[in-house]
Amino acid sequence: MTPAMSPLSRRGFLTGGALVVSFALAPRAFAQLAGGGEGGAGPAVVAPDLKGSLKSSPWLDAWIRIDADGRATVFTGKVELGQGIRTALLQVAAEELDIPSAAVTLVTADTERTPDEGLTAGSHSMQDSGTAIQNAAANVRMLLAADAARSWGIPAEQVTTGGDGRLRAPDGRTLSYGEVAERLSLHVQAVPDAPLRRPADYRTLGRALPRVDIPAKLTGGAAYLHDMRLPGMLHARVVRGPSAGTGLQSPDLDTVARMPGVVKIVRQGGFLAVVAERQWTAIQVLRHLQRASYARTTLPPLPADGSGDAVAATLKALPTRDIPIMDTSDPAGPAVHSVKARYTRPWISHGSIGPSCAIAQYVDGTMTVWTHSQGTFDVRRVVAELVGLPPEKVHAIHAEGAGCYGQNGADDVAADAAVIARALPGRPIRLQWMREQEFGWEPLGPGMMTELEAELGADNRIVSWRHAVWSNPHNNRPVGAGGVLAGNEADPPFPAPEGKPIPMPEGDGSRNSNPLYSFANTHVVYHFLKDMPARVSALRSLGAHLNVFSIESMLDELAAAAGIDPLAIRLDHMRDERARDVMQAAADRFGWSKRPKGDGRRGCGMAFARYKNLGAYCAVAMEVEIDRETGRTMVRRAVAAVDCGQPANPDGVRNQIEGALVQSLSWTGHEAVRFAADRRASFDWSSYPILRFDDVPGSVEVVVMDRPGAPFLGTAEAAQGPSAAALANAIADATGVRLRDMPLSPDRLKAALGPV
Amino acid sequence: MTVTITVNGADHALDVDPATPLLYVLRDDLELNGAKYGCGLGQCGACTVHIDGKPAFSCLTPVGAVAGRRIRTVEGLGSTQAPGLLQQAFETEQAAQCGYCIAGMLMRAQALLDRNPDPDEAQIRAHMQTNLCRCGTHMRILRAIRRAVAMHKGIQAAQEVRP
Repeated sequence: MTPAMSPLSRRGFLTGGALVVSFALAPRAFAQLAGGGEGGAGPAVVAPDLKGSLKSSPWLDAWIRIDADGRATVFTGKVELGQGIRTALLQVAAEELDIPSAAVTLVTADTERTPDEGLTAGSHSMQDSGTAIQNAAANVRMLLAADAARSWGIPAEQVTTGGDGRLRAPDGRTLSYGEVAERLSLHVQAVPDAPLRRPADYRTLGRALPRVDIPAKLTGGAAYLHDMRLPGMLHARVVRGPSAGTGLQSPDLDTVARMPGVVKIVRQGGFLAVVAERQWTAIQVLRHLQRASYARTTLPPLPADGSGDAVAATLKALPTRDIPIMDTSDPAGPAVHSVKARYTRPWISHGSIGPSCAIAQYVDGTMTVWTHSQGTFDVRRVVAELVGLPPEKVHAIHAEGAGCYGQNGADDVAADAAVIARALPGRPIRLQWMREQEFGWEPLGPGMMTELEAELGADNRIVSWRHAVWSNPHNNRPVGAGGVLAGNEADPPFPAPEGKPIPMPEGDGSRNSNPLYSFANTHVVYHFLKDMPARVSALRSLGAHLNVFSIESMLDELAAAAGIDPLAIRLDHMRDERARDVMQAAADRFGWSKRPKGDGRRGCGMAFARYKNLGAYCAVAMEVEIDRETGRTMVRRAVAAVDCGQPANPDGVRNQIEGALVQSLSWTGHEAVRFAADRRASFDWSSYPILRFDDVPGSVEVVVMDRPGAPFLGTAEAAQGPSAAALANAIADATGVRLRDMPLSPDRLKAALGPV
Repeated sequence: MTVTITVNGADHALDVDPATPLLYVLRDDLELNGAKYGCGLGQCGACTVHIDGKPAFSCLTPVGAVAGRRIRTVEGLGSTQAPGLLQQAFETEQAAQCGYCIAGMLMRAQALLDRNPDPDEAQIRAHMQTNLCRCGTHMRILRAIRRAVAMHKGIQAAQEVRP
């Protein structure tokens, strides 16, 4: 028991009526612990022998409730971010309970109903929650069978299930789950060895079940937080300078206070917001107030321009803390080929299509916040500290938003809405950021650089490998009021906490800087930069995007220097059989051995990574065609192979890998946040262009490896790094030009190619 | 002042500032979720609706300018119980991730199919160029549109063979 344990956990043993039990929240610590692999304040481990998030929430009734009619309600602390996790978790629960998926209701993160599973991030949901639900459901099925066996006077192992929610005795007697559950308490801790169903018997897992959230999204159903309309709801807009690190000077409040339809101007310290009856009124007021001049606070200088040199100069000017990642020494022969290269990535926007939104309502001393943050329980912690309430007086509920791909404005807007709601008790406050606010104030994906130096011996084996990476922290997720903009603007302000690196094996800027390959004499160092010129935090795959890009580009540079095949150099240095299998699977489906050779216009490239060296394995091969007059790169076709253990929903896996590949082509080929001397200069889709339909590949094919019953491995982010490197490698194969600074844009390629 | 607009075949008389973008009237007054706020600048297409059969950015269109004109939103294509043909094709292809852009994608694509029931791949891509997706669902969106074309042809062929 921890002192911070919620009194709610006492509600765990609710009995009577049709309910067997309600749920139980495990003891929680409000300490700062890794949550979901990307920082955040996660729950404490109380049962280390159990699997997935059962380690922190071991009580079965925290996860699963069986109603008298046999329907199951399953609780997860993870949330749907558009990756189909709701459907995948439903499938896991239905399979292990052995009931139809339609008989399962899934409740996602809600601080009063579900376990705290930390963040939904880092491709952890299947590993954490999927594994927990799988094992909890196996426990529940085992308890149901044992109880039925007792009532029939037969050994438990003779009781079987048939996928229809009934328990069967060998003599034909049956009992429904609901009948048995009525007399059974699930307020027991899971055991680690409840037998799982055999993959050969799967009815639901591994099938391409249509996603349960898609029909509403296609028909204008209420699918998003943005679509919620509460009685008496007011519309707010928050008023800020042009971008993070700036402040408005003397906004004209007198005029707007007299505008019809304005309910309240909320001004507390540096925090300013307008509340109106109608959304359009609030927007007009915002536009008037934004005319004020602004000033930038003292921060390290922003990059001088969009070049790789400017990214490097900006980062190298910052003080570093050097963190050794890998250091091996092995006997090795002399080097025959040596390559040294610098790779850079600019600051990248999450670029959510829907600007962040939240609804908050303060009634009778309790604050309710609907949020699309990846950390619902963090929102509770942040809001509690920010508005001065005990955590149990803050109820945070997840509702879907637009795809965020990391920490966009979701956490900030939730805190903003809570501050406004506290100032206007009773009325629900709906706050949505405007497009330029999402671009201007969200934490960006950090700009990064690497320097690699590698040597190849006479036997085509790598005899030394050096990799240095420079990066700001990718883990500035808020766990207290100082982590959100409204906290920094409060009077007195909650100071922003100093950024910290995420330790390996997950890493942040260091993520995937440790090659999975077997190289002799490997030296990897993370130059951690705590001082941030631009506000940054987690963007999908964190440092893996640039680290994998660097490693996989360097392998091709070495292969080119020695005249060896890019697939061969990879296989020659890879001992992990599953890694070899995905590379071979991608190569086979692509037709790598028969690929068209680079001819100045067309070319092919491939790349591989195992995400974090812990998650899914992914190999990508692609063929490009270059327009030498414009420098434009067209991806004719791409093939990815992925091994994510037992795929819960193979079509969901394909959807994720297709999406990650296309998104990575956008980041790598097109994207860079622009800066002026004192602010960001990307405010809309013309100053921050992303991939459009004209530029997407001719085809994308995904091979999902069949690994029956193998542990779930997070999938969604696995293709980000390999896709980026495969693009650079294909361009190099086609043109002989090696682009090392992202974005690999038409302008850069055209300049590198020279006159036609 | 009162503005009367026709949405999905129904007339609505609204007391609203005629300068209000149609998007906010659809969402806040008529409580239709389909059209989404994405940029307010006509750059992303999340707010796409049809005005007199042509695709339009509702975030840029003052409601006063569409009085008496036919407005169609994704709700007008079908429902979860009775989805339209294009919605069925998107469902079959599972052509959504977060889905925030999808209603706009559907309305944009429907406008093409209404005008040209048999577009080729290049025509589809060129037509969809105005709409942004962040999740990288493009390949499935293209497949869904091609599937809708094929379904339409199948239905037409079936109708033609009937006596």
